[in-house]
Amino acid sequence: MSGIFSKGAWLKVWTYRSTFGFGLLNTLETALAGVLLAMMIGIILGLMAASEKKILKGISRVYVELIQNTPLLLQICFLYYALAFSGNSLGIIATGMISLGIYHGAYMAEVIRAGIEAIPKGQSEAAASQGFGYIGRMYYVILPQSIKIILPPMVNQVVNLVKNTSCLYIIGGADLISLTYSFVTGATTGGAYAPAYLVSGALFFIICFPLSKLASVWENNLKKRDKKVNVAGNKERKVA
Amino acid sequence: MDTLEASFSILKNSSIWIYILKGTAFTLVISIMGIVIGVLLGSVLALVRNYCNTPKTIIFRWIATIYIEIFRNTPHLLWIFICLVFCPCPEIFSQKMLGLTSVETKLLFKAGVALVLVTSAAVAEIIRGGLNAIPEGQFEAGHSQGFHSVQIMIYIVLPQAFKKVIPTLLSQVITTIKDSSYIANVATIELMARVKKILSSANMYNGTGTINVSDVFVLFGLAAAIYFIINFSISCVVRGMQKQNKQADRAVLENINMEC
Repeated sequence: MSGIFSKGAWLKVWTYRSTFGFGLLNTLETALAGVLLAMMIGIILGLMAASEKKILKGISRVYVELIQNTPLLLQICFLYYALAFSGNSLGIIATGMISLGIYHGAYMAEVIRAGIEAIPKGQSEAAASQGFGYIGRMYYVILPQSIKIILPPMVNQVVNLVKNTSCLYIIGGADLISLTYSFVTGATTGGAYAPAYLVSGALFFIICFPLSKLASVWENNLKKRDKKVNVAGNKERKVA
Repeated sequence: MDTLEASFSILKNSSIWIYILKGTAFTLVISIMGIVIGVLLGSVLALVRNYCNTPKTIIFRWIATIYIEIFRNTPHLLWIFICLVFCPCPEIFSQKMLGLTSVETKLLFKAGVALVLVTSAAVAEIIRGGLNAIPEGQFEAGHSQGFHSVQIMIYIVLPQAFKKVIPTLLSQVITTIKDSSYIANVATIELMARVKKILSSANMYNGTGTINVSDVFVLFGLAAAIYFIINFSISCVVRGMQKQNKQADRAVLENINMEC
């Protein structure tokens, strides 16, 4: 652990603080675009998976299985090299945004499907009998109830997405981890391993920890409330 | 279409196949080692985080909590880089073996340590979920029968908790297999890295003298197919188990309701 207490190494990190700032900005930018894309894909495919039509279900299933069972790193490389060798490269950051969106879109779709399927079918049938169309049923009846089931795992996915921006390293990215690595191995800046890794780890922790804590607290509260409802229900049944 | 045929001609080369299959074997071995050690370490972490509540042992609970939260909230790649610099490597792993150079075995050991660190934190949270689902009455019943705490853990609580979390643990195996591809960032040992290396010299194998888009599709497509076959078969097993568990739960619930 040499270097963690060395003043020179810390000074070096402080001098090049703009590198870390730039990396953090890139990571956040990529993550934000990735989250938006993942949400869009997730909502569309999640609704498709929860629908009645077999063909829509099938498409969504195939997408989710294909994406969830192959590594993100492979998908990023695939997209990047396929674009690069066919002569229309998008640039590293844009490639990262797209592949992060595609990858986590599959997970979001599963989360949304599970949330919708947790609502009893009777709700949807009751709404239909009241004359609601598909959109009205989803918007006024199903989604408001499933949103509290959907949100905690969705926040967990956002945490994973932020962590996965580090995958940009393999295509020569400019995210926080890649810049930290080129900082510690650079010819003029090299050597300050411990402080640099500590700083970039701390930055990730500051972003991810509150989010994952929020998700777990949220989920626990939900479970507790469900338990209470169940207990109350059982009691009523016993009295009756 | 000529370039596509040229790309497929890469796969006619048997040494390429051996190279790729060896990479697949490494991926599997690394992941299995990672998950086995991860489960052992993760169980200890989960038990410590859940049950070290006395004033004497609460420090261990804090350590376990900090460990789990740190590794869950920082990227895997960061830990690989940190292990490359700071993780000491024992003598056995600093020599040639399994067709790898001594430098590569060292890298493999260090990246493997990073994989274990990250996996154990994830597994600890999964097992904790199982432990939390065990009703308090099980402990009380155990105590009333004269078991002491360790016996209750080994004979009553852990078997039930593990049974509950086995499907989730298996999906963690899928995650670990996918995560093992991170090692491609630092060394050319497992499937992902080997395919990438073949692509970078595809012009020597496909006979056209240049690297074409079709090479990307054929090579990465092959790697994706290998990963897919492995992971999809695991996820089919997971789904089968979840269905069984659900049916069992429903049967229990129906019994309870009938008794009411």
